[in-house]
Amino acid sequence: MKELQGASGLIFNEPLLWEKGKKGRRGFSMPRRDVVPSPLDEGLAGDGPDFPDLSEVDIVRHYTRLSQWNFGVDAGMYPLGSCTMKYNPKINEREASLPGFAGAHPLLPQELSQGTLELMYRLEQYLAEITGMDAVTLQPAAGAHGELTGMLLIHAYHKSRDSHRSKIIVPDTAHGTNPASASLCGFNSVPVQSNEKGIISTEAVAAIMDEDTAGIMITNPNTLGLFEENIREIAEIVHSKGGLVYGDGANMNAVMGIVQMGKIGFDVMHLNLHKTFSTPHGGGGPGSGPVCVKAILEPFLPVPRIIKKGGEYLLSGDFPESIGKLQAFYGNFGVMIKACSYIMSMGSEGLKRASQLAVLNANYIKENLKDSLYLPYDKRCMHECVFSDRLQEAEKITTLDMAKRLMDYGFHPPTIYFPLVVHGAMMIEPTETESKEDIDRFIEALKAIVAEAGKDPVLLRRAPTRPKVRRLDETAAARKPRLAG
Amino acid sequence: MKEIEELFLPDNVRYAETHEWARADGDNMTIGINDYAQDQLGDIVFVELPEIGATFEKGEEFGTLESVKAVSEIYMPVSGEITAINEDLEEAPELVNGEPYNAGWIIEVKPNDPDEINTLMSSSEYLEMLKGGE
Repeated sequence: MKELQGASGLIFNEPLLWEKGKKGRRGFSMPRRDVVPSPLDEGLAGDGPDFPDLSEVDIVRHYTRLSQWNFGVDAGMYPLGSCTMKYNPKINEREASLPGFAGAHPLLPQELSQGTLELMYRLEQYLAEITGMDAVTLQPAAGAHGELTGMLLIHAYHKSRDSHRSKIIVPDTAHGTNPASASLCGFNSVPVQSNEKGIISTEAVAAIMDEDTAGIMITNPNTLGLFEENIREIAEIVHSKGGLVYGDGANMNAVMGIVQMGKIGFDVMHLNLHKTFSTPHGGGGPGSGPVCVKAILEPFLPVPRIIKKGGEYLLSGDFPESIGKLQAFYGNFGVMIKACSYIMSMGSEGLKRASQLAVLNANYIKENLKDSLYLPYDKRCMHECVFSDRLQEAEKITTLDMAKRLMDYGFHPPTIYFPLVVHGAMMIEPTETESKEDIDRFIEALKAIVAEAGKDPVLLRRAPTRPKVRRLDETAAARKPRLAG
Repeated sequence: MKEIEELFLPDNVRYAETHEWARADGDNMTIGINDYAQDQLGDIVFVELPEIGATFEKGEEFGTLESVKAVSEIYMPVSGEITAINEDLEEAPELVNGEPYNAGWIIEVKPNDPDEINTLMSSSEYLEMLKGGE
């Protein structure tokens, strides 16, 4: 390997803002007062907020120093499986900072908000086209909120038909939030095991689908990075008993422009704009989890909905069967601008190409590492591949040790110990962002770590040694969390 | 993680396939998870316990264990009613790791059928099952 990506350099310790500064110090000059002071009634005034007294340079250095402790997709490869940590193009930030968008306020009258409403209307249409569904709501704040919305829609659908159903089927390869979302909506989630090929079999679904089951929640591609090949047959079984099919679109990055989710049996699904559509996440910004539905569920979508009437965009609450409002306003609008910017810059061919490259990259990693790391499901994968630590068991090296060691090599670790169906799982999702050279460097790093596990396992158990902090005590953090400073 | 030979599998408890143990104490039965289960899960950080008085069938989930790696369900080795829960685990979930058969017990049940414990495995049978699974 050429020079390692990971190196250690001078970084700074940095206290809390409240421990910095000095009483009376300021970051700006107040304009001269040009009116007579008029003190507030004492009864209305309380103590001021506890803000630190800081200059501009205090603050800039504070956040710059903290950013140097951090690792983001602007710094290096971030192959966190199931999270689609793709690069966030800077043009998205430029569009979102256009004054008309950045200065918009949700309480402005509709005639002064035509641009923002048009963007939302168009984004809904793009997402409907990409998924092959009929209608979209942009309100949900993130993926799990989208799942809950989907569950509420399914509940509203059954209620409108005077059907009371208590169960939702959730496969063991679904996202971990799926059963939680079903439970939050009052459903009992019924697990179904994936088969030896890592996908759900039609027989397994047929065996438990009944008239008390409201539907099934399927993540496709699933969390093993495999396409649910029986999806059409499974959807038929669920539909034949009156149930609906929910699609968790968190892994949509594998199939944009290739699979029309609406055509393979999904009735409702959510998308993660902060994954598939390149908006920042993981501390970098809020999420957004639009929900796309087939026409049968459209009457139940949350209000207000954006409608177009005589060339004008309006927010309408006139949908009597709607499940109601999900947010104080209309969703995380800043995220919508960035996702729309991404979709428009990529175009339909570009989005399809992104998915093809994401799948190619994951398969390239899988093929290159399958002699070094145990590959439980050796077949063509989609946008991510799942290994385990089985070959390292003899040295008593675990997935955690290898993930920690990757930091020393300058890579963000992959997702570990998920999905649960693979013991000691290591789930790698390179996304389409990375060049072949970067992926080769990542492969070389993991191969070097596997070699170290055989020769010098202590190196791995002590890792990481290069980041600002070493191995953190996750157990103490979970058992005795310190929730205040 | 421990080798199979390093596991502590005492003879005075019976073992379920899902890695719980049960021990008859008078009319009641004490239930926990065994050394293999705690070792596989790693450091346990939270134990979700059932309500006293709740009844469960054999094989039914009665609680969950959260470790730094994952959340796992715990299943009833016998059918019965919960008569006591180990409240110490709320403050000290690590007892399940450190003393799985003693201070780390999880629930006490009044079994529907006191003889059902005999359907569970002995220490040597359980060990055979683990070896077969490797």
